[in-house]
Amino acid sequence: MSKYSLGIDVGSTTVKTVITDADGNIIYSKYQRHFSKVKETVTDQLKIIQADYPDDKFTVCITGSAGLGLANSAQIPFVQEVHAAFLAVKKKQPDADAVIELGGEDAKIIFLTGGVEQRMNGSCAGGTGAFIDQMATLLGITADELDELSLRAQKVYPIASRCGVFAKSDIQPLLNQGARREDIAASIFQAVVDQTVSGLAQGRTIEGKVLFLGGPLFFLKGLKKAFVNTLGLDDEHAVFPEEAPVFVAYGCSVYAATAEDSYKIGEIVDKIANASASDAIITGEPLFSSHAEYDEFIERHRKFDLGYADMNTYEGDAYLGIDAGSTTTKLVLITDDGRMLYSHYSSNQGQPLDKIVAQIKKIYSLMNPKITIKGSAVTGYGEDLIKSGLAVDFGIVETVAHFKAASYFCPNVDFIIDIGGQDIKCFKIKNGAIDSIMLNEACSSGCGSFIQTFAMALGYDIAEFSQLGLFAEHPVDLGSRCTVFMNSSVKQAQKDGATVEDISAGLSSSIIKNAVYKVIRAKSVDELGENIVVQGGTFLNDAVLRSFEKELGRNVIRPAISGLMGAFGCALYAKERNLEKSTLIGREELDVFSYTSKSAQCGGCTANCQLNIISFGGGRKFISGNRCEKGGGQAKKNNIPNLYEYKYDSIINTVKSGQPGRPVGKVGIPMALSFYEQLPFWHALFTGLGFEVVISEESSRQMYYLGQHTIPSDTVCYPAKLTHGHIENLLDKGVDFIFYPCMSYNIDEGESDNHFNCPIVAYYPELLLANNPRLNDSNFVHPYMDLNNRKNVVKVMKSALKKYNIKGKIPAAVDKAYAAMDSFRSDISAKAQEIISKAREERRNIIVLAGRPYHVDKEINHGIHKLITSLGMAVVTEDSVAALAHTPKLGVLNQWTYHSRLYRAAEYVTTQPDMQLIQLVSFGCGIDAVTTDEVRSILETNGKLYTQLKIDEINNLGAARIRLRSLVAAMSASEGADASSN
Amino acid sequence: MPEYVKFTEDMIKTHTILIPDMLPVHFKLFISIFEGKGYKMELLQNDSRAVVDEGLKNVHNDACYPALLVIGQFMDALKSGKYDPDKTALLITQTGGGCRASNYIHLLRKSVAKNFPQVPVVSLNFSGLEKDSAFKITAPTFLKLLYAVLYGDLLMTCYNKCRAYELIKGSSKKTLDKWQKKLGDIFRSGSSGYLKTKKLYAQILDDFARIELSKAKKIRVGIVGEIYVKYSPLANNHLEDFLLSEGCEPVVPSLLEFVMYCAAGTFNDAKIYDKTTMNSRIYKLGYKLIYKKQRELIEAMKKQGSFEPLHDFEHLRHLADKYINQGVVMGEGWLIPAEMAALAESGVENIICAQPFGCLPNHIVAKGMSRAIKEANPEANIVAIDYDPGATRVNQENRIKLMLANAKK
Repeated sequence: MSKYSLGIDVGSTTVKTVITDADGNIIYSKYQRHFSKVKETVTDQLKIIQADYPDDKFTVCITGSAGLGLANSAQIPFVQEVHAAFLAVKKKQPDADAVIELGGEDAKIIFLTGGVEQRMNGSCAGGTGAFIDQMATLLGITADELDELSLRAQKVYPIASRCGVFAKSDIQPLLNQGARREDIAASIFQAVVDQTVSGLAQGRTIEGKVLFLGGPLFFLKGLKKAFVNTLGLDDEHAVFPEEAPVFVAYGCSVYAATAEDSYKIGEIVDKIANASASDAIITGEPLFSSHAEYDEFIERHRKFDLGYADMNTYEGDAYLGIDAGSTTTKLVLITDDGRMLYSHYSSNQGQPLDKIVAQIKKIYSLMNPKITIKGSAVTGYGEDLIKSGLAVDFGIVETVAHFKAASYFCPNVDFIIDIGGQDIKCFKIKNGAIDSIMLNEACSSGCGSFIQTFAMALGYDIAEFSQLGLFAEHPVDLGSRCTVFMNSSVKQAQKDGATVEDISAGLSSSIIKNAVYKVIRAKSVDELGENIVVQGGTFLNDAVLRSFEKELGRNVIRPAISGLMGAFGCALYAKERNLEKSTLIGREELDVFSYTSKSAQCGGCTANCQLNIISFGGGRKFISGNRCEKGGGQAKKNNIPNLYEYKYDSIINTVKSGQPGRPVGKVGIPMALSFYEQLPFWHALFTGLGFEVVISEESSRQMYYLGQHTIPSDTVCYPAKLTHGHIENLLDKGVDFIFYPCMSYNIDEGESDNHFNCPIVAYYPELLLANNPRLNDSNFVHPYMDLNNRKNVVKVMKSALKKYNIKGKIPAAVDKAYAAMDSFRSDISAKAQEIISKAREERRNIIVLAGRPYHVDKEINHGIHKLITSLGMAVVTEDSVAALAHTPKLGVLNQWTYHSRLYRAAEYVTTQPDMQLIQLVSFGCGIDAVTTDEVRSILETNGKLYTQLKIDEINNLGAARIRLRSLVAAMSASEGADASSN
Repeated sequence: MPEYVKFTEDMIKTHTILIPDMLPVHFKLFISIFEGKGYKMELLQNDSRAVVDEGLKNVHNDACYPALLVIGQFMDALKSGKYDPDKTALLITQTGGGCRASNYIHLLRKSVAKNFPQVPVVSLNFSGLEKDSAFKITAPTFLKLLYAVLYGDLLMTCYNKCRAYELIKGSSKKTLDKWQKKLGDIFRSGSSGYLKTKKLYAQILDDFARIELSKAKKIRVGIVGEIYVKYSPLANNHLEDFLLSEGCEPVVPSLLEFVMYCAAGTFNDAKIYDKTTMNSRIYKLGYKLIYKKQRELIEAMKKQGSFEPLHDFEHLRHLADKYINQGVVMGEGWLIPAEMAALAESGVENIICAQPFGCLPNHIVAKGMSRAIKEANPEANIVAIDYDPGATRVNQENRIKLMLANAKK
C-alpha cells in the first residue's frame, strides 16, 4: 500500500497535479497552462514532484479531455473528468446539490440530489474558458482585465449564448457601434451563464447548494457574480471552494488511491516519455517542398503592388479611404494617380472610432500642407458610425469597395475572395459587375481572427505562428467546420502528438477548405474562373495563400496591399466621384473632437430596441441598435409596402373578433410554427364551438428565456425553441387547455410530390409534452389529424373535445374553419397584388422574402423586412406569390408543403423583371440544406441573383445589411446604373 | 434540369453495382441474393478520410452526415480507378418518408452527374418510387431479402454477444464467417434452402453457443439511433469496437425492427388519418407475415436459450405508446424511444443514441424523449452522441466514457 496518490488532470489548456496522502489530505497541488505542449508540461510538473519525493511510491491516475490519449499510450489508468469531479465532491462537499464546472472548452454539470446525473456540453455548445479568452482577445485585453471591466457594468446586452461563434457576431457590432466595454464584458459572462443553464440543465432546475469549479469560475469574479445572480443563490448556497482550480485533479487522486499498482515518480516520468504518439492523425502534403519553391512563390506575388509617393513632398490632390472592419481598421491615402501616400492597418481593439480619429490626426500632422484631401469614403461594419462621426463623404458597401480595388490590379477579374477577421466574402464578376455574392454564415465565421486567437492561445504572435507552418512536414487535417469544432480537432491533434508547426499549417489549410467548400461551395475550380484575386488581411499570411493555391491547383493574384483593399477601393471610389470639396472633418475640428456614448431605450414602437447613442460635438449624433429608421431619429417611417407587417398583423388580429360572450371554455394557442398560417382555421373552429381563443403574447427574447429550461435539444431551430416560451406564457395565462395538433401532412397544394410538414413542425407537441413538467394529457391536447381530410378532422375533434359534449356542433364549425382559412389566404394573395402594383407605380424593385409562415414572427425575422424597405424596395411573402407559378422541373424530391412554395415563388420571380428573391433560412433547418441549392439553381439559370440570409437568435443585422446592400448594388449595376451609395 | 441515366436491362449483365457499407453482415447476404439473380455487386469497404472529403466536396455541408458519407464513399470509389465508370452502377436505399433522407438519391445523382454522367444510380425502395428502373424487387426477391434480414439479425446478435466474452480471440469471427459463407451460398444458389429456418436457426445458435465465453461481468451498452449512424462503423467511428475495447458488451437492436417499423408506419398512418387504401391493407398483411417470421426466430432463440431474443415487435409498439404516438414516423420516429425503453427494461440501462449532428427527427424522438424515458426508468443512463465530419473522436469517446463511468457505480 503506497502512502501517496497522484492525480494528473490534463485539460484542453492547463495541466493540474494533486498529491494526497494516506488520509486523503491534499499535500501538494499545481495549476499551469500547457500551451499545447502536453507531454512536456506534465513531465515538468512530475520532475518538480520528483525533487521532493524521489523514492516514494505513488498510485497514479490521469483525467481530463486531453489526458485520454496520454493515459492510453503511457498505460496509466484513466478516469473520466466529470466522474473525477464527482468523487472529489463526495469527499469535500458531501452536502452539495449540484456542481457546475467550467473548463477550458467543456462545461459540465452534476446533479447530486434527486437522481444523480452527470452532463457535459454537446459537441456544438462551444468552449467556455477558451471562449472567454477569445472574447478578451477581441477586446485586446486579458481575461483578468475583462473581469475588472465587467464589475463596472451598467447594463447587459443580449448575446447569443449557444455557441462562441454566435456570441462573437453579436459582440462585434456592439463594439463597432461604440457600446461601453464594461457592459460588453458583463454581457459576455452572462452569455456563458445562459449557455450553461440552457445547454446543460435541459429542464432540470439548478437549486440548493451549488458548487462552482474550474479555472474560470475561480479566477473571474464577474463570472461568479453572473452565475450567483442568475441562479438566485445566496452566499450559503453558492460555494466556490479554495481548491476549485485543482478540484478535478484532486478527484483523480481519490480515484488513484483505489489503484493497486504504485510507482516511483521516476517510473511515471519514463512511462510518459516512452508513450508513443498514436498514428491516428491524418496529415496532408507540406505546403512547400523546398525553399526554392517558396522563393519563387514570394517573387511571383511581389509583382502585384502599388506605386508609392512621399506624403512629405507630394503636392496636389489626395483621396482618403477607410475600412472600418470588424476587428481591424484600415486607412489609405492615395494620390490622384493611384500612388500610395499613407497606409495603416491595425486591430481596432474594439474602439474603431478612436483608432481612426488618431490616424486622421496623424495624417494631418504628417502631410505636406500642399496636399488637399478632395474626397473620402468609408466601408465596413463601422461605416455608419465613422461616416456620421467624421463627416466622411461617402459610405459604400464592402463588396463594391473590394471590387473596385481588385479591378485595379486585375481589370478582367472573374472572382474575388476576401478573408478578413470575421468574414469571408466571395463574389463572382460577370460583364464587369458583381454577379453573385457569397458570405460565410454565422456558423463558419472562424476566419482570420480565429487563427490569431489560436496563435495567442499557443503562445505565439500571429506572424510567427503562420511562418511556422510554411515548412511543416506533416500538416494536420483539421476538417472544415466552425471554430468550436476546430478547437476540438486541434485538441485531438495535440493529443496525438502533432507539432505546433503541423497544427499551424493545418489551420491555414482548414481556413481555406472552409472557404472553398462551405462558403463558395465549389464543385470544381473552373467554376471560379481564370482570374482570381485574393485579398483581406488573412491572405497576407503566406501559409493561407499557399494552401489556397494548392487547394485550387492554380495560381492566384494577391496584391501586396491585400489587407488594405477595402480602404483602397474606398479611396478609388472617392476619387471617381470627383468632388469639388470634401466634407471630411477638418484639422482644427478634429483637434477638439470628442464624443460621449450612452444607452437608451427607444419607445417608438413595441419592439423597445436598446439604443446606443453617441453624441459628437456640434449636435451630431449617431444612434445604433434600432431595427427601423424611426429610432434612428433621422428618417421618417417609410411608407413602402411590406407584406410581412400586414400578414403578421392580420394573423394576430384574427383573435380580436368573433369571441363568444359566454364561452364554454378557454383554449390556448401558442403563436409558433404552423399557427402562423393556421390560426384563422383554429380560431374559427373554436369560436364556432363557443370557446374563447387565447393566443400567447408576441415573441421576444424574454419569451425565449421563459421556456429555455424546457428545451432538450440545443441545436434545434430558433422558431422551435421559441415555442417553449409560448407554452409557458399560455400556462401562466390560465387557459383550460392548450391546443396544439400533430400533423405529418400539411395542406396538399397539388404542386408537389408529397405534402409533408418537416419533422419539427409535424411533431413538436410530443417534445413539448415530454419536457415541460407543467403539461399533461388534460391541459395539453395534441391530437393527430390531416387537414386535407375533413372527415378525419371532424372525427378527431369530436374525440378531442369529448368532455364538452358538443359533438353535434363540430361539423359546422369545421366547415367554418376551412372557410376562414381560405379567406385569410386569399386576402394575403390579394394584398400581395396590391403591393406589387403600388411598387410598380412608384418604380420600386420588389423583393420576395421567402421563408416559412412563421418567419413573419418579428423575433424570428429580426426585422429584416424593414431593412429591405429602408433600402427602398417593397416586400412580399413566398406564399402570396407561389400560386402564380407552377413547380419547375426539380432535381430533388419536392415533398414538403412549405418548402415547395419556395420553388414556385422562385419560378415566379424569374418571370418578373423587377423582382428578386431573398431566401430566409433558420439556422439548423436541415431541409433547407436541400432547398437552398435548388432555389439558387432556379434563380441563377434564369439570370436572377440568389441571396440567402441565415437567421438565428442573433438579432444583429450587420451581415444581412451587407448582403442586402450588395444585392442593391448588383441590381442597379445590372440595370446599367452606377453602384449607388448610401 | 438534366435527365439522369437509367439502369437498363442490359446493364444487369455488364455493370457492377456498388453498395454502400452500412451493415456488413446483412448486406453481404443481400448481395448473394442478387448475385443469384445474375447481378454483379460489390460492397464498398473504403473508409479513409478521403471518403469524408469527397462528401464535403459533393454535398451541401448542412446535409446530414449519412448522406455525406454514402455519397463520399461512392465518389471516392469511382475516383479510385478501381471501377470502370462505363460498367459501374450505384445502389442507394430510398425510404420516401418526411425526413430529408428520402432526398439522398437526388443529392447523389447531382454529384455523380457532375463527374461521371454515365453512371446510373439505382434506388432500392419498397414504396414504388423510381418505377422506370430495370432494378426491380419482385415478391419472391422481397421474401428472400426478408429472410436475409432475419438471418443477418441472428448472426449479428450472436456475434456481438460472443465477441465481447470470447476466451479464444477470433473464435466468434470464425463462426460468423462460416455462416456468412454458408448462408451466402444458399442464397446465391437460388435454391429454397433458406426456407428451412427451423434447422438453420438451431444450427447457427448451437454453433455460436459452443464458443467458449468468459464469465466476466461486463457493462452492457445498447446502441440506438439513426439507422445508418447506428450500424455503420464508418459513420460511428467504429463505436462497437470502441465499446469492446472499453470492456463492454455492445447490444445492437436488430434491423428487422426498422423494417417492421416502416411497414407499421403505413397502416398506422392510414388509421390515424382515415385514409385506408389498397396499399395500406397490403402493408398490414405484409406486416403480419413479417411479425410471424419474427416470432419464429424469437421462439427459436428462446428454445435454444443461450442468447437474448430480439425485441418482440408488438411489445415494442406497446412500449412506444407510453412515450410517444406511433404517428411519429419520420426518420426512426417512435422506434427510438421504444427501443430505448425495451433495452432499459431488459437490463441494458446504458444506452448510446448515435445520430447525425442536427438530425431533425431526433430532436424529437431521441433528445426530446430521453427525459421521459429516464423518468420511467430511473436507472437508464442515456447519452446522445452527434456524428458529423467535424466532430472529433476524442469528444465522442470522452462523452461515452462519462456514461460508462456512471455505469460502473
